[in-house]
Amino acid sequence: MKHFLTLTHSRISLTMRNKIFLFFTLLMPLGMFFLFAGVFGKGEPRMVAYLLGPVISLTVMGSFWGLSANLVMYREQGILRRFRLAPLTAADMLASSLAANFILTVPTVVIEVLLARWVYHVTQFGNLFAVVLLVSVATISFASLGLVVASVTNSMQETQVICQIVWFALLFFSGATFPLPTLPKIVQGFALFLPATYLVAGLQKAMLLGAKTWDPALEILVLAVWAVLAFFISTQLFRWEPEEKVTRNAKLWAVATVLPFLILGVWESKYGKLPAQSKSIYQSAFSSGKTAPEAKPADQAPR
Amino acid sequence: MSNPILQVENLTKRYGAVEAIRGVSFAVEEGEVFGLLGPNGAGKTSTVEILEGLRTLDGGRVSVCGLDPQRNPQELKREIGATLQATSLPDKMRVFEALKLFASFYERRRDPEELLKRFGLEEKRNAFYNQLSGGQKQRLALAMALVNDPRVLFFDEPTAGLDPQVRREIYGVIEELRREKKTIVLTTHYIEEAERLCDHVAIVDHGKVIAQGTPRELRQRSGDTTRIEVRLAKPGSVDKLKSLDGVTDCREVDSTFILHCQRPPQAIVALVKHLEAEGNELTSLEISTPSLEDVFIELTGRRLRD
Repeated sequence: MKHFLTLTHSRISLTMRNKIFLFFTLLMPLGMFFLFAGVFGKGEPRMVAYLLGPVISLTVMGSFWGLSANLVMYREQGILRRFRLAPLTAADMLASSLAANFILTVPTVVIEVLLARWVYHVTQFGNLFAVVLLVSVATISFASLGLVVASVTNSMQETQVICQIVWFALLFFSGATFPLPTLPKIVQGFALFLPATYLVAGLQKAMLLGAKTWDPALEILVLAVWAVLAFFISTQLFRWEPEEKVTRNAKLWAVATVLPFLILGVWESKYGKLPAQSKSIYQSAFSSGKTAPEAKPADQAPR
Repeated sequence: MSNPILQVENLTKRYGAVEAIRGVSFAVEEGEVFGLLGPNGAGKTSTVEILEGLRTLDGGRVSVCGLDPQRNPQELKREIGATLQATSLPDKMRVFEALKLFASFYERRRDPEELLKRFGLEEKRNAFYNQLSGGQKQRLALAMALVNDPRVLFFDEPTAGLDPQVRREIYGVIEELRREKKTIVLTTHYIEEAERLCDHVAIVDHGKVIAQGTPRELRQRSGDTTRIEVRLAKPGSVDKLKSLDGVTDCREVDSTFILHCQRPPQAIVALVKHLEAEGNELTSLEISTPSLEDVFIELTGRRLRD
């Protein structure tokens, strides 16, 4: 536990010295915030509240990219080997990077919420406790996904390619950029298998269905299960040495990461009401005679 | 013999079809500097990384501080300190931070301030890792190996890739540790390093120990004779050179003839006369006292190259 704390502390100070990090964790999310709230949401409090869902989701999901790149870099440069000489475990290394990421990501979300409050006069944030829970489990689970990606790739290049693919899927097929109800039916069907969809929908339910709603409980639960599963898998697949290659078994393990959302997706497509619900939330946010935003610029991918 | 602090018996290791270590055995006594000397790819790094618990072994037995690195890796890590090859620290980690962070992982530890001073890194205490020179990085690595006041130290090629001046600086640091009676296992492919720093040396080649002993014993083993190394303008004959007056032995390595001489002056006169008679000429001549290099050449027929 003590090792975990000192490592977390060290990682936080190292990350803060990295200017690229500041760009991706602070400047880019805030840029997105103003783009969504000011341009797409036209500064309308109700629309801004609706768009906070995607904005916060994008902020939180960015974790997976940063963490996977960092872990692969540490492995490739032989930094992990040096840590391995000390009495540390894989869990120490991984948990500290999750914790540091958490501590550095959450303030951006808080700033986004405060900006919505002060700049765009959003007064209703619904069930804020549910929002906090969603943000917390999602930050950890997407970061863990990044650690799994780092463990099933052999080089920085491979990692970047996989992150790119995952990122685009999460971005465009989930309601994180285009609202889910505006997507083609087939994409909406596919969206039900993506964690990002549940994060966006969960946040929107929590913020727009009133302060008492526990409607997003399922989303919180599944993201929490996913966080635990992905973290567990990342500890199993962790490699200290650059020359150790990914085994076939490891790849199978990694596939297990998608299980919770595979199951949930199947269940949702059969019995769920997520598409209908997001549609009604969407309509109420963009009602009062205003037309829904059409296609939005598609270029919010980091790096 | 006292009880060795480190023991290796019949160690084997293979990577796929490659046998990296083929039955290596040696023992290290507490308080001595033990060197594994050999060319790149001889299996030195694999051997020490098995001892450090970083690699698995395929056969044989090893014990460090009475611990089995495979079975008790975490206990072992508290007892040892090491510098590795192909390793690094995060670019933006400061020198003092690194020492403090790694010290925090152990219960028994040395004062990071003292290590900073001792390794001449005081001025660099707040420098980022990526601002350090090669020599400073290596000194930091050595300092970090000492944070837990280890019982056994492993230095894997501590001076590889450093320029001669920095290398000597590192020798100074290791010699100081030697005076303090630290137990050190170091690997090297530099003759000078092994002769200067080590109490005992095992010469390794192709995954095997081909000779073992104190540097002095090893040198004596190849005969305490002076070496004359000559290059000739035209091809020469080993047999004819061997029969010269004052020459006890001769061998050819990479088109250089190495003559072992009991009486060098006579040998040189005889050599020059012989070459004149043959119409041959000297292109270079060097006289040296025997070194571990000669031991290596005699055992393998090859030079131990950088």
